[in-house]
Amino acid sequence: MSNLKKLTDQHKKMLIIGILCILLPPILTSLGLLQGYFQYIINITGVYMIVAVGLNLLLGYTGQISIGHAAFLAIGAFTSALLVMKLGINFWIAVPLAGLVSAVIGMILGLPALRLHGHYLAIATLGFGVAITQIMSNMELFGGYSGLMPPGPTVFGQEVWLDYNLFGHFISGDLVKYYVVLIFVGLTFLVAANIIKTRTGRAFMAIRDSEIAAMAMGVNISKYKVISFGLSAFFTGIAGGLFGHIVGFISPTDFHLGLSLNFFAMIVIGGMGSLRGAVYGAIFMNIIPELFSGVQHLPTVLMGAAIILVTLFLPGGIVTLESKTLMIFRKLKGQLSKRSVG
Amino acid sequence: MLRLENISAAYHASNVLEGISFEVPEGSIVTLLGSNGAGKSTTLKVISGLLRPNQGKVYLNDSEITQRRPEKIVAYGLVHVPEGRRIFPELTVLENLKIGSYTRQDKTTVEKDLDKMYEYFPVLKDRKAQIAGTLSGGEQQMLAIARGLMSNPKVLLLDEPSLGLAPIIVQEIFEMIKLIREEGTTILLVEQNAFQALSIADYGYILENGRIVLQGPCSELKENEEVKRSYLG
Repeated sequence: MSNLKKLTDQHKKMLIIGILCILLPPILTSLGLLQGYFQYIINITGVYMIVAVGLNLLLGYTGQISIGHAAFLAIGAFTSALLVMKLGINFWIAVPLAGLVSAVIGMILGLPALRLHGHYLAIATLGFGVAITQIMSNMELFGGYSGLMPPGPTVFGQEVWLDYNLFGHFISGDLVKYYVVLIFVGLTFLVAANIIKTRTGRAFMAIRDSEIAAMAMGVNISKYKVISFGLSAFFTGIAGGLFGHIVGFISPTDFHLGLSLNFFAMIVIGGMGSLRGAVYGAIFMNIIPELFSGVQHLPTVLMGAAIILVTLFLPGGIVTLESKTLMIFRKLKGQLSKRSVG
Repeated sequence: MLRLENISAAYHASNVLEGISFEVPEGSIVTLLGSNGAGKSTTLKVISGLLRPNQGKVYLNDSEITQRRPEKIVAYGLVHVPEGRRIFPELTVLENLKIGSYTRQDKTTVEKDLDKMYEYFPVLKDRKAQIAGTLSGGEQQMLAIARGLMSNPKVLLLDEPSLGLAPIIVQEIFEMIKLIREEGTTILLVEQNAFQALSIADYGYILENGRIVLQGPCSELKENEEVKRSYLG
């Protein structure tokens, strides 16, 4: 009974967040509080949330490090772009296919990773990340250094990345992109949250907590590590597909080591092993620098300081703020009720 | 039930086990005693497939399991409760127990076994939603044993269940081990607490530098002068 109630409470919360995500941007836009460029940043942040969820499955839930995830973003971006541009496949099919291609490559990377731990796995994934983009930039197919220009999606043959005029309200192409991203972000969280609750999710966490005990309990750790790499690459590949079509221009050099490190930082800062942590991490790493961008010459310095402060004072990531603020609220509430009694 | 024939094993280049043979008959508790570094834990790792031996064979119910993967061995009905408990600290008590039943497909009997574990260890029922890392040492050991039993094993390997626990808790754990045997599970017990081990086991082997140097029924080992001096103090 109480379990059922809890479930509906959680569903209610999710529903509210969903409605806010749908309604807030157009309202803010019509109030003049949300301009084109910032909407673009929000869209990219949404794409990176998908990456963060994917990387968190690997890093936070399975305990396997990767600092080469920008390569999966590149694989997804170019796969989807080429499918649409060369083969004329629809965007809505090309993006999931890009995820699948990325997943296969992720599983192949997972195989040597079975023999590597900790620092060595970090180096191997780093090498993979650097090598993939190097190879890509030297291949004609991927447009070399001049890159590709993936088009936007179509619905019934109609281009949808357009500015609209709806009952006198201006709707920008960026806002349309926002809703496309929102669909993928929503699906990502739905799928990931369910994976975590299954046998597979428990196997991931068992491997993270103790490989020896997981083995002793009969968990096939090789199999689940490869699955984890595959799933992680799948989500990142989907994000890559979206990324290409949203930005409209991709070059292999965009997917550099710095981007991989950014993804890594998102997980650590947001909170390892927490899906909400992925949200916070993506927001922190993408929105905060924009807030500092008005300060000349200083944005990177301020961002660096912010990262240091978070890791110093919130070692479990930003997600731990939730329980901390909840505790403060409870304390305040307790004091208030005491006072009213006294 | 469980039989080892001439097992040798090594970590990298250093030999840990040098030709070990012993037997654990069905329904018995057999204990493997010895000082630190004698090779007790290594023996258990070889049996459960966590470590490949260089030489020798392991039989479970007369079928050889030496080269099998750990998850296969668990499915055959042999489970290893590793040293230092090694529960999954960030998962709840219930999630820990569910991972114990990982190799099983029979959902309804798994539910029944879960109830049985809560009966054996009522404290686990009270704390089933609690994060396992926050349990006390004794509770963690109970969880580790219960998690192992969730695979519904015919043979249970226990590695130092008394490690780091208060004497009264050790007493409780050993009472549980006796009960588990009475319910029909065969047990191979590795212990440094020789007094406790010899008082519940049927038969004992003493391991020194990777070799079995002494063996016998526990009642005899308890009276042995050598054992008294080295292990019972």
